[in-house]
Amino acid sequence: MNIEMRGINKSFGSNQVLKDAGFLLKDGEVHALMGENGAGKSTLMKILTGVYTKDAGTIYVDGQEVSYKNPQEAEKAGIVFIYQELNVLFDLTVEENLFMGKEITKHFGICDKKAMRAKAQEIMDRMGVNIPIDAVMSDLSVGQQQMVEICKALMVDAKVLIMDEPTAALTQSETEVLFEVMNSLRSKGVSIVYISHRMEEIFELCDRITILRDGQYIDTKYIKDITMDDVVQMMIGREIGERFPNRNVAIGGEVLRVEDLTHEKFFRNVNFSVRAGEVLGVSGLMGAGRTEIMQAIFGNLPGVTGKIFIEGQEISIRNPRQAIAAGIGFITEDRKTEGLLLEKSIAENIELANLGKVSKSSVLSAKKGTELVKRGISEFRIKCFGPEHECGNLSGGNQQKVVLAKWIYTDPKILILDEPTRGVDIGAKKEIYSVINELAAKGVAVIMVSSELPEVLGMSDRIMVVHEGKVTGIIDAATADQAKVMTLATGGCLA
Amino acid sequence: MIKNKKNVGSILGEYGAFIALALLVVVLSVIEPSFRAPSNLMNLLRQASFNGLIAFGMTLVILSDGIDLSVGSVFALSAIICAELLVSGMPAVLAVLIALVVGTALGAISGLLVTKGRLQPFIATLITMTAYRGVAKIITDGKPISQLANSASSGEFFFKAMGKGSVLIAETIKIPIPAIILVLAFLIVYFVLNKTTFGRRIYATGSNAKCANLVGVNTARIKIACYSISGFLSALAGLLMISRLDSAQPTLGSGYELDAIAAVALGGTSMSGGRGKITGTIAGVLIIAVLNNGLNIMNVSSYYQEVIKAVVILVAVLSDRKR
Repeated sequence: MNIEMRGINKSFGSNQVLKDAGFLLKDGEVHALMGENGAGKSTLMKILTGVYTKDAGTIYVDGQEVSYKNPQEAEKAGIVFIYQELNVLFDLTVEENLFMGKEITKHFGICDKKAMRAKAQEIMDRMGVNIPIDAVMSDLSVGQQQMVEICKALMVDAKVLIMDEPTAALTQSETEVLFEVMNSLRSKGVSIVYISHRMEEIFELCDRITILRDGQYIDTKYIKDITMDDVVQMMIGREIGERFPNRNVAIGGEVLRVEDLTHEKFFRNVNFSVRAGEVLGVSGLMGAGRTEIMQAIFGNLPGVTGKIFIEGQEISIRNPRQAIAAGIGFITEDRKTEGLLLEKSIAENIELANLGKVSKSSVLSAKKGTELVKRGISEFRIKCFGPEHECGNLSGGNQQKVVLAKWIYTDPKILILDEPTRGVDIGAKKEIYSVINELAAKGVAVIMVSSELPEVLGMSDRIMVVHEGKVTGIIDAATADQAKVMTLATGGCLA
Repeated sequence: MIKNKKNVGSILGEYGAFIALALLVVVLSVIEPSFRAPSNLMNLLRQASFNGLIAFGMTLVILSDGIDLSVGSVFALSAIICAELLVSGMPAVLAVLIALVVGTALGAISGLLVTKGRLQPFIATLITMTAYRGVAKIITDGKPISQLANSASSGEFFFKAMGKGSVLIAETIKIPIPAIILVLAFLIVYFVLNKTTFGRRIYATGSNAKCANLVGVNTARIKIACYSISGFLSALAGLLMISRLDSAQPTLGSGYELDAIAAVALGGTSMSGGRGKITGTIAGVLIIAVLNNGLNIMNVSSYYQEVIKAVVILVAVLSDRKR
């Protein structure tokens, strides 16, 4: 099946995510779609399969112009999207999942269990995978669940499979099985769109590669004609302007040191330290384990081994309360579900993190509370009608300022910011950068996790890069560039 | 500058329960003059106080994103234990104190099942509800215990006064002691919810436990505290009840959890936690008490009473949802 997408535009609100994006898929090829986080890869594929509607542009399938209204229509045409977050019913069996919504029935809608079992087994055999069809999905490994998803796609005779980061949660051997299956599908004429950040895999598996950057089509190349460095060049290729305010801070002594931090599932032997007045940028691809490392330091991830030292003293942190007592603040990646009480006011949110400051023997002091909150609103320039403004009705940037205010007033020695500018407009971004600089100037040790490379390069003193749960390098920001960080983040080595 | 918009609808929503209550009282006073007699109103308050105390505890539990189905059983089991202690000849004050401690502990068990046991609140308290009721029946062998006040070795007057007594404030107006206790409990809970760090933590826990935990709120402890308070208040209501009846039986308080939940819902508290006011709950309690009392004196058959109650709750909750 040939697919051609041309001049695709898409905006969410005022945020244009695709600008004149395009894509060309041939029969029986594995085609990599690459770009930084937020480059528009998934959005483009969701437009193809009718999850989103395009604002402009045309799509041709085998020469015919099409516009699928929903994923079911695309599926009927033979185009199936396998999402990163698998779309399976965990409480049902493999066979029930395969036939969900397309049950084989006898008279009066009674399920023909026998026929369905036979067909399920036949597909498993054809794929050459060995998964019991009566197993409950939640008992299977992620790799096996993914295989079931692929089987489900084959049940509808998929001609095009779109896979979004399929190996993100797989082990090495599961990945190998997946690649075998993909190769055999290709030889049967199925085309595969492969969205991934993993350079090695793309070079091992794919025929061609298309690169998107900031929602725009950059280029399509045969894998055999290019190198990994070319790909990185095409993915980043932009200049960082004066987006980052200057910081001139004398860096002090070590505040936090982490030794051999290990978690069975997410990361191994993580070692690093941060000093007073320093900003440590943490870079890596999605799912590399950056957030989990930070959660572990904050005591919010069970099952972690290793040592944490604060100002030279070893300290045991088993829950967020102990972390806060030790002087750590944590601005989470997901401000809507973890950072804020959305249905509550700015006042309640700021006060909740500072209850000790706004009360006397557990009785709230309205005066102290109002003082603190009013100070927060003016210092952080939060645009609102007043302290009682519900946080859910604030813009992303202003929500983030509330989160910053509530943590900064706890006077942390160490402040961890996980994706502090995600979903925040340019103006508010710059204000957040200024806040980070002020904190550093006050001698706070700042850890900033970010998927935005320019931000990490522009704001950090040093950059720690994480790849698949391992620290692949800690480099000086002065000598770092996007290519170096990208190479480390995709598991490569610096020459 | 962004303006805070408050429309008529949201004001109606905020005071809706009180408006409904006022309407009910006016209508009943007009069509049934005996309703507004001071003695009837005082009786109504006494009736309201049992459900009221339970509903206050229920409000805390629901605000923290839970539910407590065990309140009726805690009510009964605490009462039975107090009654057994009294007939064994214990001083009344001591028996009452022990029963209150037991009630608090029974609530704490529900809280532990929810937090440490990670059971869903509905299931956890369904279990304790069933278990406590069973224990109450085992202790009494299913039989009522009577002549409580006379059996106490001391404090007979104290025990009688709790549930039966009144304070005379004017010639015809005698405020029942349970109603006074209700008002005191209301003031305390109001203060706790609105003026203390504990109150803030309850709202935060119910609103978004994940977020609350991350800013250092021990959400498990907050929940256990809410269930414990619910246990304490249910026990207190049970003791007032057996003082009034001068007897106790293991079936006391069956179905009381439903009236308490209805009162909380009428008061506009969100069943998913984090949002609600204790002032709403007191209005809900009074609506239910007024309906029960009014329909009774109008001699409406008890079968119709239930349907009418259901309709009133439905209308109130629907109009609240429109906000």
